[in-house]
Amino acid sequence: MSESTTVWVIIVAMGMGSFGLRFLFLGVIGDRELPEWVLRHLRYTAVAVLPGLVAPLVLWPAATEGQPDPARLAAAAVTLGVGYATKNVLAAIFSGAAALFLGLYFL
Amino acid sequence: MASYWDRSIFWRGFRDGLPFVLVVGPFGMLFGVVATEAGLPLVQVMSFSIVVIAGAAQFTALQLMADNAPTIVVIASALAVNLRMAMYSASMTPHLGPLPVWRRALVAYSLVDQSYALSVMEYEKRPEMTLAQKTSYFAGVIAPVLPNWYLATLVGALVGQSIPDSFALDFAVPITFLAMIGPMLRTKAHVAAAVVSVICALLFAFLPWNLGLIAAGIAGMMTGAFVELRTENKDMA
Repeated sequence: MSESTTVWVIIVAMGMGSFGLRFLFLGVIGDRELPEWVLRHLRYTAVAVLPGLVAPLVLWPAATEGQPDPARLAAAAVTLGVGYATKNVLAAIFSGAAALFLGLYFL
Repeated sequence: MASYWDRSIFWRGFRDGLPFVLVVGPFGMLFGVVATEAGLPLVQVMSFSIVVIAGAAQFTALQLMADNAPTIVVIASALAVNLRMAMYSASMTPHLGPLPVWRRALVAYSLVDQSYALSVMEYEKRPEMTLAQKTSYFAGVIAPVLPNWYLATLVGALVGQSIPDSFALDFAVPITFLAMIGPMLRTKAHVAAAVVSVICALLFAFLPWNLGLIAAGIAGMMTGAFVELRTENKDMA
C-alpha cells in the first residue's frame, strides 16, 4: 500500500468514525422518549465535558512546554469569573483576552 | 412540509457563533501548515478538514502518522479523541431528535464543541423554543464557524505560515471554552459537575487516548444528576 493510499484510508476511516460518533444517538434514538434518569444525566453533559477538556490546557499550556503560566492562569480566572457574573459569552472572551495580553506584557 | 427556518433566530445564532471564528481561524491555519509540512498534498489536507472537522483528532492523527504508528493505531487514537462527540450527540437528542433523519445527519456532521455548547446553552436558557427555532439557531451558529474552518485550513496550506506565537493564540481555545462554561454554571448541580470534571480530567490525564476526558465527562454527569436529585428531594421534604 503506498503512503498516499494509507493517508486516504486514515481520512476516510476517521471521517466515517467521527460521523458515526456524532450520529450515534441523534440517529438511533431520534424522536423516542428517553427515560427520566438518562435525561437527568444528559442535562450535565456540557458542564461535565468542557471543564475537563479545558483544565489541562489552562494548567499545563503547550506554549510554555507544560509549565503553569501566571498570565494564562489569570486570564482563565478572569474569563470564567466574567462569564459567570455577566452570563455574557462575548464579554467573557474579550475580558479574558485583555487579561491575557496585559498579563503577558506585565507579568 | 414543516418549515425549519426562523430567520431572526438564525441570525441570533450567527452572531453568537461569530466570535468563535477567532478560535477556528488560527487552529485551522495551524493544521493546514503542519499537515503541509508533514508532506500531505493539498487535496488530502483539505479532505481532512472537510471530512473529519475535528481539530484535536486531526492533530493527533498527524502526530501519529509522523511517528510511523500503524494505521489502525492512528485511526483508533484519533477517534478516541472524538469520543466526546457521542456524548454531545446524546445530549442534543432530546432537542433535535424529532428532525427528519437527513437533517439529523446534517446536524451530526456539524456537531463540534462550539456548535454543541452554544446551542445547548441557548436551549436551556429558552426552554420554550420550538423545533424550528432550535434548528435555525444551530444552523446560525455553524454558518460562520464551518466555512472558516475549511478556509483557514486552505490558507494555512497555501501560505505555509501560521500566526506568530507572540499573539498567544494558543490560548484562544481555553478562553472561548471558559467563556461558555461561566454562564453554564446556573445551579449547585452544574457547579458540582464542573468541579468533578476538572478534578477527574487532571487526575486521569495520564490515561492514553484521551480516555481521561471521557472518565471526567461520565463522572461529571453522574455528579450533576446526583446533586440535582438530592436538591429536588430536599425541596420536597
